[in-house]
Amino acid sequence: MLAYLIRRLGQAFLVMAVMATIVFFGLFAVGNPVDLLINPEADLAEQEETIRRLGLDKPVHVQFGYFLAGLAQGDLGTSFVHNRPALELILSRLPATLELAFLGILIAVVLGIPLGMIAGLKPEAPYSKVIMAGSVVGFSTPNFWQGLMLIMLFAVFLGWLPAGGRGDTVDVLGIPVSFLTWDGLSHLILPALNVAIYKMSLVIRLTRAGTAEVALQDYVKYARARGLSPVRVVGVHILKNILIPVVTVLGLETGNVIAFAVVTETVFSWPGIGKLLIDSIGLLDRPVVVAYLMLTVFLFVMINLVVDIGYSLLDPRVRVKGGRS
Amino acid sequence: MTADTPLRRFVADFLASPLAVIAGLGLLAIALTALFAGIIAPQNPYDLAQIDILDGSLTPGTEGFGGFTYWLGSDEQGRDMLSAMIYGLRISLMVSFIAVTSAVAVGMVLGLMAAARGGWVETLIMRIVDIQLSFPALLVALLLLASLGKGVDKVIIALILVQWAYFARTVRAAALVEIRKDYVTAARAAALPQWRILFGHVLPNVMPPVLVIATVQIANAIAIEASLSFLGVGVPITEPSLGLLIANGFDYLLSGRYWISFYPGVALLVTLVCINVVGDHVRDILNPRMQR
Repeated sequence: MLAYLIRRLGQAFLVMAVMATIVFFGLFAVGNPVDLLINPEADLAEQEETIRRLGLDKPVHVQFGYFLAGLAQGDLGTSFVHNRPALELILSRLPATLELAFLGILIAVVLGIPLGMIAGLKPEAPYSKVIMAGSVVGFSTPNFWQGLMLIMLFAVFLGWLPAGGRGDTVDVLGIPVSFLTWDGLSHLILPALNVAIYKMSLVIRLTRAGTAEVALQDYVKYARARGLSPVRVVGVHILKNILIPVVTVLGLETGNVIAFAVVTETVFSWPGIGKLLIDSIGLLDRPVVVAYLMLTVFLFVMINLVVDIGYSLLDPRVRVKGGRS
Repeated sequence: MTADTPLRRFVADFLASPLAVIAGLGLLAIALTALFAGIIAPQNPYDLAQIDILDGSLTPGTEGFGGFTYWLGSDEQGRDMLSAMIYGLRISLMVSFIAVTSAVAVGMVLGLMAAARGGWVETLIMRIVDIQLSFPALLVALLLLASLGKGVDKVIIALILVQWAYFARTVRAAALVEIRKDYVTAARAAALPQWRILFGHVLPNVMPPVLVIATVQIANAIAIEASLSFLGVGVPITEPSLGLLIANGFDYLLSGRYWISFYPGVALLVTLVCINVVGDHVRDILNPRMQR
């Protein structure tokens, strides 16, 4: 088990190193952030002062050396634009993204599982066909366009909800959250729906396939034959047995939610890490992009590791080599 | 009665589903529209002589000053949206088609190599595949493009880099099964060179699963390209794909000029649904577990 962990972490380290190097030199080659940062009115002395302060007067390999030296001390660099440590900047935006992702997944599960079960229990019924057609459309709709259409419908034509931004937040344990105020919640609903619709289509498909399969099993027939109420058969016997694939896929999809938050946050001007990444790419704010990259790689490796270990705990057949047997 | 070949059976199975046939025909129409964009589009939206700024921001169905009817409206510069969409569709389809075919080629060579060579070559290739597939394609493409810069060629490179792994994995898995079969042993006994056995004998037999994945990946490539262009790291403004048209319309959406974003999105959605329906159906037919 320990050897397995070390190997996985070593791999993560390698991926981080390779990606960070590519992006570091790539961003250097794409353009000079100074052109975008410095006030064109500033005189030459001021410009040179800024360039020196940002460390951009050195050749790129020296800059990379400084970056590595900082990294060894846990310093991911300072944002060119915001003049704050990149790590601190990203962590300050993280709660907004997590809140969005969490609510999105919640909506997907709460609506997706019942709809999928309905479609799985009565596959030939017209309403099941409607549910499945809806899930194909939800699956195929490009995320960003779907977001625009939500804005068009609910913000522009109906005028019910705001089109973007985060609205009022309340601090809970020092972390700003939106869902406790009406204004914050109204800003949260559309982006959360945007995250949810794709996931919901996925959950519906998985649940339907699972339900259709489980409903034919002997223990379900037996439960029905014992005269248990249909609610109990569906809610206990079937539901429990379809949850495993759904939970697995949702676990793996959590990372995807964070990736797609880039799109949703851009559409709704939601101040999370995705919006920060896009803005930083636009402004060639290299320290933030590289720090974002390293954090996400780390996060993904952790998620995959947890899913793998969770698997081996839940299902002895896939227990990793060297684990307790 | 004609002989029952696998291809004939496949075509018969495909035609048995009306939905798949409709989607297939839709896809054919879309592909032809994109291919003959110059002939079909009522206007060349990038020829400045043909567009008139006085016709800017017209609602769908309005007749412009030159007597030209803008069925889907016009954008700020007076471009006919229908024509802009047809040209945009061409760029979207071209980018994804080139990217996926190249990704298939790269994935196939590396997948076959992994299956045939084994040893450290296989371990290395499959390890890279595993690592790559554990990250979302959109995010990897986004970061690659951030370091490559803008351009149609760069979008294609980024798409190939995020998609080859799917094909390498599929080809390796299928090739491992095929390599153990008798016809490969026979070809070896005939002292054919390794590359001829792999590309001439094994390759045709691993094509069915590759084709299924390629269909799905074309839809993915179109969606990723559109998202990247929307985020501002994709195709340049001089060659707008459907995604970039939608992004341009975003600015006007809040003032109620919905058609600039709406219709290109519908075109994108219809294309993706058609590909997914066809792909789903082809997968069902080729899936041995569902063989009737």
